[in-house]
Amino acid sequence: MVTRGFSSGRRPPTDGDARIPPGQYLEQGFPVLSAGPTPRVPTEDWSFTLKHGPRPIKKWNWAEFNALPLTKMTRDIHCVTAWTKFDTPWQGVLVDDILADAGLEPPTGFTLAHAFDGYTTNVPVKDLTAGKAMVALLYEGKPITPDHGGPARLLVPHLYFWKSAKWLNGLQFTMRDEPGFWELRGYHIYGDPWREQRYTDDP
Amino acid sequence: MSDAAAMQSPWQTARIVRIEKRTPRVTSFFFQPSRPFIYRAGQHVDVRLTAPDGYQARRSYSIASAPETNGAIELAIEKLDDGEVSPFFHEVAAIGDEIELRGPLGGHFVWPDGGSGPLLLVGGGSGVVPLMSMVRHRAAHSSTVPVVLVFSARVWDEVIFRDELIALDDRRDGFDLVLTLTREAARRPADYARRVDVAMIAQALARLPEATGIAFVCGSNAFVSAAAQALIDAGVAAENIRTERYGV
Repeated sequence: MVTRGFSSGRRPPTDGDARIPPGQYLEQGFPVLSAGPTPRVPTEDWSFTLKHGPRPIKKWNWAEFNALPLTKMTRDIHCVTAWTKFDTPWQGVLVDDILADAGLEPPTGFTLAHAFDGYTTNVPVKDLTAGKAMVALLYEGKPITPDHGGPARLLVPHLYFWKSAKWLNGLQFTMRDEPGFWELRGYHIYGDPWREQRYTDDP
Repeated sequence: MSDAAAMQSPWQTARIVRIEKRTPRVTSFFFQPSRPFIYRAGQHVDVRLTAPDGYQARRSYSIASAPETNGAIELAIEKLDDGEVSPFFHEVAAIGDEIELRGPLGGHFVWPDGGSGPLLLVGGGSGVVPLMSMVRHRAAHSSTVPVVLVFSARVWDEVIFRDELIALDDRRDGFDLVLTLTREAARRPADYARRVDVAMIAQALARLPEATGIAFVCGSNAFVSAAAQALIDAGVAAENIRTERYGV
């Protein structure tokens, strides 16, 4: 439906257009969104726990986690509130490298990411492995600020950004695909920006 | 949250039936949905504009009206000079226009939501909009839940819904309005003229007969970060603070 009097904000086509998923606009800033206050987690209190169901598999403190191989990942990111930001530069530990350090083959097909503020989000294993996702520790070469999820956040850049949980403290393998915080509150169970899977009832 | 699976929010057309200027930069647009639209206080809608060449722009706007309001949904839209959707509403949209919207959306920044208890609402600028829906919802069903709204605006003339809020405050029925202006002197005896801080929040909490249940904080990211920290420093548990942040 054409909106009366609304003229196109479309600029001459550029190479960047193909990188903007449907319904998104290009943002130069880095907006901050979260469901509650920003937790400030000192690195001396930080830990990351890998779990299979209720059972802890391995736990790392900050120094141990930072000793894992560091990988650079520069990716476009897409927030469900409709902004897309190009070329965000992160460094962190690939989920592959975390699993390797724990000597663990994925025991199930699904995970729940957990955060210090109680936030959770579900991500299938296939979206975390094969170099697709990391636990990010640095943004633009510097420690991630608390606003943006520091000390460590999940980075799953090919899904809407609510899947990239801030203030991450663990990853839990689950038997089923269990909806997390926003997925229980109206947001899509998977969240592919290219299929515009924003809300529960999107196909 | 338990109704998430049943939540249906297809796009629908809604007709603009009323336009009301609230402040120099904020205007309310009242939309008559074409299909039944049941929502909870604090929720938002997505609005989508389509140009003749197929280009679309979408933005989220919080609902200002109370769920009890029959008919039109009120969206109070602040004009952002570098925006592409808000200038359309302020400069082009007219009564009778049909706009596509989708919703209601959001299942966290909503009231009531399970628990009871007094409510602390803290809004900065247009961040008051979803809180206004809660305040109106309380009034519409004659709730006796004690509520304090701390509303920060730059100047008196930018206090959105000012007359209505002051009228609700004057009822003395358990709703308390605390205004704070950041660029002008206070106009009412108990109001403030500074940014939201711990002392202000502590005094607001002291107006409630018992400890607050949930606190809702909405505004720009800078406002919400500072205000949420003030709440924590004033003794509100982090897990009881729900935030919604606008923009960059």
